[in-house]
Amino acid sequence: MKAGSNLEKLLRAGEFVATGEIGPPKSCDANVITHAGEMLRNHADAFNLTDNQTAIVRMSSIAAGKILTDMGIDPIIQMTCRDRNRIGLQSDALGAAALGIKNVLCLSGDHQRFGNHPMAKNVWDMDAITLIQTLDGLRKGYFQNGEEIKKCEPPKFFIGCAANPFADPFEFRVTRLEKKVDAGADFVQTQCILDMERFERWMELVRERGLHERCFITAGLMPIKSAKGARYMQKNVAGMMVSDEICERLEKAEDVKAEGVQLVVDQINYIRKNIKGVAGVHIMAVAWEEIIPTIIEKAGLAPRPKVS
Amino acid sequence: MIIANGKPIEEVLKSLEGHKKVAVLGCRGCVTVCLAGGEKEVGILASQIRMAREQAGQPVEVLEGTVERQCDYEYFEQVKDIIEEADAIVSIACGVGVQGVAETFPEKVVYPGLNTMFMGANLNVGVWAERCQGCGNCVLEISGGVCPVARCSKSLMNGPCGGSQNGKCEISKDVDCGWQLIYDRLSKIGRVDSLRNIIPPKDWSTSRDGGPRKLVREDLQLESGK
Ligand code: SF4
Ligand code: SF4
Repeated sequence: MKAGSNLEKLLRAGEFVATGEIGPPKSCDANVITHAGEMLRNHADAFNLTDNQTAIVRMSSIAAGKILTDMGIDPIIQMTCRDRNRIGLQSDALGAAALGIKNVLCLSGDHQRFGNHPMAKNVWDMDAITLIQTLDGLRKGYFQNGEEIKKCEPPKFFIGCAANPFADPFEFRVTRLEKKVDAGADFVQTQCILDMERFERWMELVRERGLHERCFITAGLMPIKSAKGARYMQKNVAGMMVSDEICERLEKAEDVKAEGVQLVVDQINYIRKNIKGVAGVHIMAVAWEEIIPTIIEKAGLAPRPKVS
Repeated sequence: MIIANGKPIEEVLKSLEGHKKVAVLGCRGCVTVCLAGGEKEVGILASQIRMAREQAGQPVEVLEGTVERQCDYEYFEQVKDIIEEADAIVSIACGVGVQGVAETFPEKVVYPGLNTMFMGANLNVGVWAERCQGCGNCVLEISGGVCPVARCSKSLMNGPCGGSQNGKCEISKDVDCGWQLIYDRLSKIGRVDSLRNIIPPKDWSTSRDGGPRKLVREDLQLESGK
């Protein structure tokens, strides 16, 4: 056991996990987090708190994570390398650990060009891979510069990372995951799967290299509300792939929202039945968090298992 | 070379408001090659200034001069006279040249006439692209001769990130993904396996992050006897 978070315990117990995502508000309104926490508690095992996602200023993921921790809910705080250098990242990681946060998901971060402060200076002193390595070093008792952490137990982290089977070059995508696992990643959340065939091919390569045995892979899923939205993502969002099949299914649907939910439910069933090496699902219901309980229920994943 | 581009004429005119006699100073180095600040551009900018001020009913006398290189201060000797005569200088060299004027003529007002953009290559007629950020610790040997610092939008050392698709960077369909280029090059020279290794965080202390940089070559100093 690396950190003993709810997520880690369930994964190590062999449970098929379900995680969700809560976007911190563009304000200091703590109620947004407590409200989401109350609504979603017990419907998923842990919740991502995004770190200024798409480079839009929001409440810090660590602060939001602390609010959830106080509610007895397991947070997964995201940390990107866009806004902080190795000094800031390590400092914040130590702070998160001091506040009782255990799961940290390391990301390179979206470029600020599409955010709400496109004139900002960016950092990228480190990248996702070296951030993982740095957190792994911290939990082994060393700072990035090799200095020892003294007078205190090292922080405990359950380290997560992202993997994007839909980006290019395809063959490199598994190598990249392998690098992240080598660096110390314990669990993985994939980019949302809207092209199951490609995900399956990627998983095949993952299994060939035995990576599913070296880390926990959770499949990223996203309920879509509108057919237009699906087409937009298909054409315009870098690093995403949306199959025509999915677009058409939504276009034909009478009740698109219901179809979007059913689609995710079908995906969960399909993955559990057919794809070996997937340890759980990560549901990214962006601005539609309230749908998570329905999805979990319909996919037969309720009630969520308890561990002590 | 250093690539620069002319500032909008309105901006130049704004800075010259109130001046009666100005000197436009070009450079025969990089900015001549990238057609932004050579003798020809000095002539063009000088007439633009004259015409605009004439039309505005505030005529100005504009002197013209171009030196070998504004980054080698001894060349300013050639244009000393017009600089002394003018009450403001517009340097259309790169930022180094503008500062050269300021350092050499501490009592003179100097304005930049160009925006200095990057170190890059001339790819086509009228097209220049960034190739190096002068990080002071070149890593081109591991990246197949394609610079990750200058050509990846995030200067990542372990790319390509998850935003790379169809060879393009997540920031724009008009920007090549630097790491896709690195990947392709390493594939061609049979070294793609090296991407399997984790490249540690870069030492940025040799870059701008370490503070203003200076190079002193003692070997050359000894040789010249200075
Ligand atoms: S690695 Fe540094 S020195 Fe080499 S090309 Fe890139 S920025 Fe320039
Ligand atoms: S898409 Fe490519 S160039 Fe753009 S940030 Fe990612 S790795 Fe760098």
